[in-house]
Parts: sequence; C-alpha cells; structure tokens
Amino acid sequence: MADATARRPARTTTVRAGAAASAAVEGVRRGCRSVAWYLRDLMGDNAYQAYLEHHRTQHGPEHPPLTEREFWRQRMDEQDRNPGARCC
Amino acid sequence: MTSQPPRTDIGAEPIGDRPPDPEFRTDPDLPPTAVPEAESERERKWTLPKILLWGAISLLGGVAWTMLAIVRGETVNAVWFVFAAVCTYLIGYRFYSKVIERYIARPDDRRATPAEVRADGKDYHATDRRVLFGHHFAAIAGAGPLVGPVLAAQMGYLPGTIWIIVGVILAGAVQDYLVLFFSMRRGGRTIGQMARDELGRIGGTAAIIASLLIMLIIIAILALVVVNALGESPWGVFSVSMTIPIALLMGVYLRYLRPGRITEVSLIGFVLLIAAIVAGGWVASTPWGAETFTLDRTTIAWGIIVYGFIAAVLPVWLLLAPRDYLSTFMKIGVIVVLAGAIVLVRPEITVPAISEFAGGELGPVFSGSLFPFLFVTIACGALSGFHALIASGTTPKLLEKERQSRFIGYGGMLMESFVAIMALVAAISLDRGIYFAMNSSAAATGGTIEGAVAFVNSLGLTGVNLTPDMLSSTAEAVGEESIVSRTGGAPTLALGLANIMQQAFGGAAMAGFWYHFAIMFEALFILTAVDAGTRVARFMLQDSIGNVIPKFKDTAWRPGVWITTAIMVAGWGYILILGVTDPLGGINTFFPLFGIANQLLAVIALAVVLAIVAKRGRSYFKWLWIVGLPLGFAAVVTITASMFKIFSPVPQVGYWANHIAFRNALDAGETSFGTAGTVEAMEAVVRNTFVQGTLSIVFVTLAITVLVTSLVTTARAIRNGGGENHEDPPVPSRRFAPAGLVATPAEKALERDWAALPADRRPETVRH
Repeated sequence: MADATARRPARTTTVRAGAAASAAVEGVRRGCRSVAWYLRDLMGDNAYQAYLEHHRTQHGPEHPPLTEREFWRQRMDEQDRNPGARCC
Repeated sequence: MTSQPPRTDIGAEPIGDRPPDPEFRTDPDLPPTAVPEAESERERKWTLPKILLWGAISLLGGVAWTMLAIVRGETVNAVWFVFAAVCTYLIGYRFYSKVIERYIARPDDRRATPAEVRADGKDYHATDRRVLFGHHFAAIAGAGPLVGPVLAAQMGYLPGTIWIIVGVILAGAVQDYLVLFFSMRRGGRTIGQMARDELGRIGGTAAIIASLLIMLIIIAILALVVVNALGESPWGVFSVSMTIPIALLMGVYLRYLRPGRITEVSLIGFVLLIAAIVAGGWVASTPWGAETFTLDRTTIAWGIIVYGFIAAVLPVWLLLAPRDYLSTFMKIGVIVVLAGAIVLVRPEITVPAISEFAGGELGPVFSGSLFPFLFVTIACGALSGFHALIASGTTPKLLEKERQSRFIGYGGMLMESFVAIMALVAAISLDRGIYFAMNSSAAATGGTIEGAVAFVNSLGLTGVNLTPDMLSSTAEAVGEESIVSRTGGAPTLALGLANIMQQAFGGAAMAGFWYHFAIMFEALFILTAVDAGTRVARFMLQDSIGNVIPKFKDTAWRPGVWITTAIMVAGWGYILILGVTDPLGGINTFFPLFGIANQLLAVIALAVVLAIVAKRGRSYFKWLWIVGLPLGFAAVVTITASMFKIFSPVPQVGYWANHIAFRNALDAGETSFGTAGTVEAMEAVVRNTFVQGTLSIVFVTLAITVLVTSLVTTARAIRNGGGENHEDPPVPSRRFAPAGLVATPAEKALERDWAALPADRRPETVRH
C-alpha cells in the first residue's frame, strides 16, 4: 500500500491527504457531537423532548401538552415531593 | 440441566421453575425484542482472536499483580495499580458477572421493564443505557471512595488494593447488580419495601429503621470530613461557601431565564466555580480575607448544620437541583482528569506493601486490627450498602431492557472501585512522614509542626525522617497555614492529587489551585449528599410518623416538613458536633462507625437478595453461594467489628472500655486522663463513647435481626422448593436495545430491523 502511494503523482497524494484530513475533521466533528449528545442526555436537557414524545403517543390532540416552562416547573416541584438519594 | 432455563421463541420462563405464563406472547408483527438464543449461543463460542485477547488481558493483569504483591523493589510504579485494577475488572465483568446473570438473575429481554410498562414520561422512562450508566454512577459515587482508601493506606497499599479490587468483584458489584435487578422486577420498589415483602413485618421494620439510622450516621461523618478539610483554611472556606451563591444563581437561571438548559447552566456554574477557587487564593492572602474566613471547626460544623436545615426545606429548584447538576458535572470531569494524570505522570510509590501498623491495632489514623477494620474503613469502592438505596428506587425505573442491569449495576460499581484505586494511588504517592503528620489526630501531634515531627518520628517507621521544614514548605506550596493533623482523608487526597496534577499540568505554581480544586469537589460531593440525604431521611420519617398521625404524610404541609427536617438535622448534627469536639481526635474514633454502618446496610441488602433468590426455586439453590459469599463475609466483618467496638478491653478500640476508663478516672477525682487535658474533655469522652457504643449496639442488633429473618425465610424456601413470587406479572416488551456498552453483531442486526420499522410502529424513544 505504501509503495503504491509513493509511485503515484504528487498531486494525487495531496488530494488524498486532503481527503484524509477532511475525514479526520468529520471524525472529530462526530466525536464532538457524540460528547455533546451524551452530556445533554446525562444532565437531562432532553427531558422536555422525552415528555413531548411520550405525550404525543399517549394522548390525543384534545389534551395539549404542557409548555416547556410549565413542564420544568412541575418537574422540579415533583422532586420536592419525591427526593432521590445521593450516595457517599 | 435444571439450572438453565429452557428458552423458546414465544412462551416465556418468567421465574425459576414455574411453568411459563400462557398469556405471555411477544408481538409477532414486531422484530424480536431479545437476541435469539441461537445467536447468543454462537457469540458465546470461543474463537482464536477472543482467546488471544483474554489471554493477553489475563497476562497483563497477572504481571501487574506480581509487581504489586510479590516483587519487592524499593518502589513500585503507580501504573501497575491501574493495570491490575482494569484487567481484573475486565475479567470479573466478562466472566463472573455473566455467571451471575445466567444462574441468578436470568434476565429475559422479552419482558418489558417498568420503564416500558409504566412509562409516564417522568419517573418511569426508558433511558439510553450509556446515559443511565452515567446517571447511576453519579448517584452512587461521591466522596466515600475518595476517603476510605486514604485512611486505609495506614496499613500499606497491598491490603487496601486487594480488598478494593477483589471485594468489588465478589461483593460490591454483586450487591448492586442484584438489588437493581430484583427491584426492576418489582416496579422499582425500594430495599425497605422489598425487605417487608420478602422477610415479613419484623425483618422489614428492622431494615427500614436501620437504613434511617445508618443514613444519619453517614451524613454526620461525611460532614465531619468536610469540617476537617475546611477548618483553619480561609481559602477552602471561601471557595466552598461560594458554591451556595453559584447554585442559587444557577437555580434562578433555570427557573426564570432559560428553563431546561441544564448543560449550559452547568458550564456557567463550572466556570464560576473555578473563578471561586482562584479568587479564594487571593482572598486568603489579604488580611481581611484571612480574618473573615479563618473559622474554627465548631463554627464550620454549626454552619453546615444550619445550612443543612435550610437546604432541606427550601424548594429543590433553588439550591439542591443546581448543586446536583454541578456535582454530576464535576464527578465525570474529575474522574477523567484524575485517571489521565495518573497514567501521564506514573508516580513512583515508596510506601511499603504492608506497613508496620498492619499487624497491630494501634495505628494513629484509625485504630483496630487489619481484620476486620480494614474492611470497614474501605466501604465505598469495595462494598457499599448505601448503594442499595440507589439501585432500588431510582435507577430500575429507567432501565430500557432487563439485560442492561448487568452493565449498569455491576459495571457502575466497578467504575466506583476504580475511583477508589485512584484515590489510594494519590494518597500513597505522598511521603509517608507527611501522610502520618496529616492523618494523626491533633490529640497525638498537638496540632503543631514540632509536635507532629516528634510524634511521627517516634513511630519508628522505616525510611521516614520527617523534618519541620518538610511540613512547612508543603503547607506553603498549597497555600495553607498548616497541614498538621488535617484528618479525614480529604486534605491528604487533595495534597496527593495536587502533587500529581501539578506534574501533569501547570507546575509548582498551580499546586495551591489543584489542592483547593480537590477540596472543592470533595466538599461539593459531600454537601450534595448531605442535602439529598437529609431530604430522603425526612421523607422516610414523615412516612413513618404518618402511619400514626396521617397529617405528616402530606408532604405539602409545611409544619410537618419543618418538624421532621429539624429532627433529622438534629440527629446528624448532634453526632457531627460530638465528632468535631472529640478530645480523642474525631475521625479516628468515628470513621469505623461510618464503615460499619455502611457495611451493615450491605448485609441487610444482601440478606434480602438471598431470600429472594431462594424463593425463585430449586434450580437456584446451588447458586445461592454467589449471594451467600459476600453476605457471609460482610456479616462476619461487621459483626466482628461491632463486637470489637462493644467488647474490646483495649480502650483505643473498644468504645465501652474507653468509656469505663474515663469514667473511673473522673470518679477517682483526676483532672486529666490520656489525651484529655481537662475535666470537661474527660466528660466529653465519656459522653462520646457512650453515644458511639450505643449506636454500635443498635446497628448490629438491627442487622442481625434482618439477617436471622432472612436465613429463616431462605431455609423455609429451600425446604419448600421455592416461595411466593413478588415480581410484577410479565408483560411482553415492544422495544429492543443492546445489553452492554458496545452492541454485538447480533444486536446491531436487530437494531437495524427495528430502525427499519415505519415510524408509527416504533416505540417511543428518548434517542434522536
């Protein structure tokens, strides 16, 4: 494989290097996106989306879902009534 | 073989030897909800690359253990700890946890989890396994695995290392996995409720009272660790106090400005936190700052008590939730950075494998012989009963598929164990002289540099020659007034971490920053545990009083909230104040109580699991040892430790022996005795040992009650060939997800089948 590359004209090698670089950039971008996805899911940013999806499948249009603000308010107040433990 | 449930494509084997439920059918229009047995069978086959891979892992692990345990050079490199731990975890996870899965848990992915059956978009919702792993880890791991191993380093590195690594594989992770699994099969019932269902009224009540009391003692002693870390440290006090306004700001931001932007607000909070640490160094260097923020330990303890009460009655959104976000954020970050730094710096360890104190029971950091006290000093990281409270209740309601419980429960605990190993490495990378000067109580060192040098050098430790200059220059390097008798583990870990981190990032100029960064995250983890623990304890109390006075069950009734919060805060606050003012040192006498309490909770949890497994039926009986082994070991350790604490005639070990010695001295009209220089101090010892001794008796009695009821239940189940089934009825699942971190080829194929379904037939999902 290395031999084959060496015998090719220089221009092709540059093009290849460019392709490799853009693939690397794409890889880094995908990596960053996964980290961002993970972090957001872990911290719970997507809870409202999950609620909307759940709501859509369970209720008809006659029950409008909570607004984002109402949802977060209820979610926090719920935790007041139902605390979760944190370990040592 | 009866030990392996037959699996067919549709009819299910819901539990043990019971006949399959004829109603149980998976939807034939959907792709399979579980990997077909033939596929799993094929994946279990050994191929050459697999054999080579596991051979290499075993070999590397074996070499690492040899370097740690057998080759006795002058030093050992820290990287061997990492290899020994990681290779052993991989082997334990790949082999032992699969044995547990196959013969004890016997999950069935065709059954829907509570998250699917009861999906409400809130408490119950199927969560991506990798995200849930992070959630679960953030909930179980805190300051515990960072503190215990540091104290246990008194006995040398080897006993602690073996217990952390072997203990987690055979005990801690087994408990977490099985509690999680069985709670999941019961719709997420808590360990207390399961105890009542399985063991009856007496065992159940004892388990609930024990968990409540144990929670209080754990909060008290964690708070004591924070107090000791912040005492006489203006830098620490300033930066940790700043977490309160930062959390309030985050709370208001999330409530009124941008609801739901949790990652965003956590990043803002993190930047502010770093600013608070940097600012702390500057504030502490000014005369007014040093004067305002240099507080003695009793004042700080009262501060935490008042704070604990206010935090527990304030609405969650204002203080607790934002602090929890910040804490989760820090947890993940700190562990990644710490592991990276240890691998990057690879410090040489000069601490002996087994120290001079391993054979006796009078070490200055904690008293008591290696067996059983090493095993209670390191609780979190090897076997932590508290996890049973998390693994039942919260996490099981979020599991997407049954088979994921192994990755979340067993894997999550392995991760915590790894944190404990890193804490141990950080502590033993310090000079031993400095280690003992920091961790011997002020009663021994007098709290002065001269006293500490004289005391440590008098211990007769090989290779230790402590000079006053070493202590003063180390303290100066991290921006502290003094490092003598900074007991509790947190400052030692912070110093070890600062040493490692400054070699990796920033150099000596950054040592002060890294030290206070470590103090800050330990304090953050502990204060989050204090807030949340007080709330949970109050909730349990409200529930219990509510059985007599129904009004208390109404969680919106403010007087009820205030009264029960006050009772719980008074409970842990009292023990905290006793610890802070203890003339014998505090941590060294109270920490064993923390470990014993935590492990007794593990005994209770494993006892409940034992009864559950025995009730599942005959084919489970010959695998009962998997639960019986950790249960037996933890029971022997904690009961022996409790007996030492109650009956040992050695005053440093036995609470009552000390109690009687001091009372006799008082009766004889003496005005000083041992390390207590005044009559008040002697009276304090008499009072403290009474409280400690009484708590020891109460804890061990409750745990033995639960243990006995469990053994009786188990014996009855064995005689009857099984017992009643408290699991929720099986419901066919309508979704699929891989079981482990990485999807296998068969799982990937199924995922593709599911992804190919038209959108209206796909199950709701939180993934995008």
